Amino acid sequence: MTSSVYQEISLKERSKKRLFNFLRYVRRNPSLGVGISLLLALLLFVVIGYAVYETERFRPLKAGTDLAPFEYDSKKGKNGYPLGTDRQGRDVMAVMIVGVPLTIQIGLIAGIIGIAVGTILAFVAAYFGGWVDNIIRTVVDVGLTIPGILILILIAVNLQSGLSVVQMGLAVSAVAWVWPARTIRSQVLVMREQLYVEIARLSGTGATSIMFKEMLPNLAPYIGASFVGSVASAILASVGLEALGLGPFDSPTLGMTIYWNIQFSSILHGMWWWFGPPILVLAMIFVGLFLITAGLDEWSNPRLRKRV
Amino acid sequence: MKSVTKYLGNIFQYYIVRRFLFFVLIIWLASTTIFLIPRLSGQDPVKEKLLLEAQRGGHMQAGLEEMAKAYQKKFGLDKPLYVQYVNYMKDLVRFDFGPSIAYFPKSVNSLIGDSVIWTLGLLSVVTFLAFFLGTLAGALLGWPRSPGFLQYVFMPILTLAAIPYYLLALVLIYIFAFNLEWFPLFGGYAVANLPEWSFTFAIEVIHHAILPGASIVLASLGFWALGMRGMMITTQGEDFMIQAEAKGLKGIRMFFNYAVRNAILPQTTALALSLGTVFTGSVLVEVIFRYPGLGNTLYQAIRLNDFFVIRGLIFIVIVSLGLATFLIDIAYPLLDPRVSYKKG
Repeated sequence: MTSSVYQEISLKERSKKRLFNFLRYVRRNPSLGVGISLLLALLLFVVIGYAVYETERFRPLKAGTDLAPFEYDSKKGKNGYPLGTDRQGRDVMAVMIVGVPLTIQIGLIAGIIGIAVGTILAFVAAYFGGWVDNIIRTVVDVGLTIPGILILILIAVNLQSGLSVVQMGLAVSAVAWVWPARTIRSQVLVMREQLYVEIARLSGTGATSIMFKEMLPNLAPYIGASFVGSVASAILASVGLEALGLGPFDSPTLGMTIYWNIQFSSILHGMWWWFGPPILVLAMIFVGLFLITAGLDEWSNPRLRKRV
Repeated sequence: MKSVTKYLGNIFQYYIVRRFLFFVLIIWLASTTIFLIPRLSGQDPVKEKLLLEAQRGGHMQAGLEEMAKAYQKKFGLDKPLYVQYVNYMKDLVRFDFGPSIAYFPKSVNSLIGDSVIWTLGLLSVVTFLAFFLGTLAGALLGWPRSPGFLQYVFMPILTLAAIPYYLLALVLIYIFAFNLEWFPLFGGYAVANLPEWSFTFAIEVIHHAILPGASIVLASLGFWALGMRGMMITTQGEDFMIQAEAKGLKGIRMFFNYAVRNAILPQTTALALSLGTVFTGSVLVEVIFRYPGLGNTLYQAIRLNDFFVIRGLIFIVIVSLGLATFLIDIAYPLLDPRVSYKKG
């Protein structure tokens, strides 16, 4: 009884201390800080946007067409829209507010499934070794050579009905596990040889207990970095598919916005307010995730800390 | 002495055989996946396309009957699955992907043949440039004696590594083609001209390729620089570096012959793995610039629901990527003599 209370307090203390240490560390590791702030800025934009903006105008024909920012909308008798409208009468501001979370949702679905499957395969391969490892490693190597998006194009072409946002995430997850499986497996192999794992093994700790209690906590930063990386590549793949015209046509995701831009040659019409925002927001997402991955890598691998 | 070379020769062959088997495995797994995906989805894109066209009574009504017959005969859809699979494999081995649906009776091969040279030309130049410039930048960034301002010059370029090629392409086309009008807005050559072997035409092709090329080079420089920088940092503590320093070698010699020579090895492995990313990334760049390459052909095929073209193109791309990976793999022991001693 007492011991469990004691443990609870110490755990609480420890997590508090960890958070403090983490915040102090972020000051030394600017890429982590900048990356997190970029994503927080987007989150803020979406939350405030949903709170104060008329987001329903993301649908086509809810506003006049081809309006520059704050241009007077004669049809609606309105004093314009802050980011203008597109060729099909969508309010670009509303499209951004609704589109950002949809795109991130696709990335999160695929990233979570990818990292879960990848981690399990990595542990299975590294733990069982032998032919199990051989098969998993070979399949992963083949998967790395064949670009996932080509397989995704085939899948999407065959699903004539068109994908919803959730189905998009599920489809992308079909190729999202390959890279995590490879990187985590090699980390598990290195870790397996470490002294503390050896000692746990010698003192009779069971295999599952070694994996979950000894190795998994130490792998957390690697798994975190590889999770952020797979969310980024899932978003990359989904935006690519959408821009090729294989995405959810009724959802205003960032990739679909790029698709409409290409379809209607917005650049040749000089409609910078239409193609600018999705480019900026996507760049913020990708750079943010990239900096977080780099920061987490640096956190887990102090050798990289020597130089910026 | 003779026995030593013979021994080395055996292992070298062994390595090549292993890499070749891996190459064959890639092709087999890829083609089986391509075979299975349409059958798992339970839908038949070709039949649906034909039905759709028949309903519309479109411009290709004439070829439709003929095509449906050819289609039925070719794929023997009434036959059991394994017979279809064997037939499919036979066709692949002969690189016979059937006719295009949208441009019937033009074959998939001739469609691909028209565009492959553009993609191959653009991507080989661009990949080499990005690899060379990025690796050099990374080597300088990871070298303790290089001047400090390099960090500030290269940092923005490293961040570009996170941005997909096509976003950069959209920005470049707007600034340099639409606003400044320095470069053409689209195409691989001017619309009025036909491809020919002449100097002026070559200049025109290069002029058209600069913007698409630049967007790929700029966006992939950072990837090479980051990898190289990491490897340069890890060579710093190595014994051979300390020894080189103790011998009093000149900085430039230590840089190229000691640090770069060792740090570049993992970069070549990364080169093999990155080819796929470069190709898939370039697809949308080609679409944006309406560059007459494979990416644009793929995009048009997706728009027109031309399933045979999509399938044939994806298969050919995977075979080429597998082949390129195989070639880089077998060239690797030449770069790193240690590999040929190890098995696999």
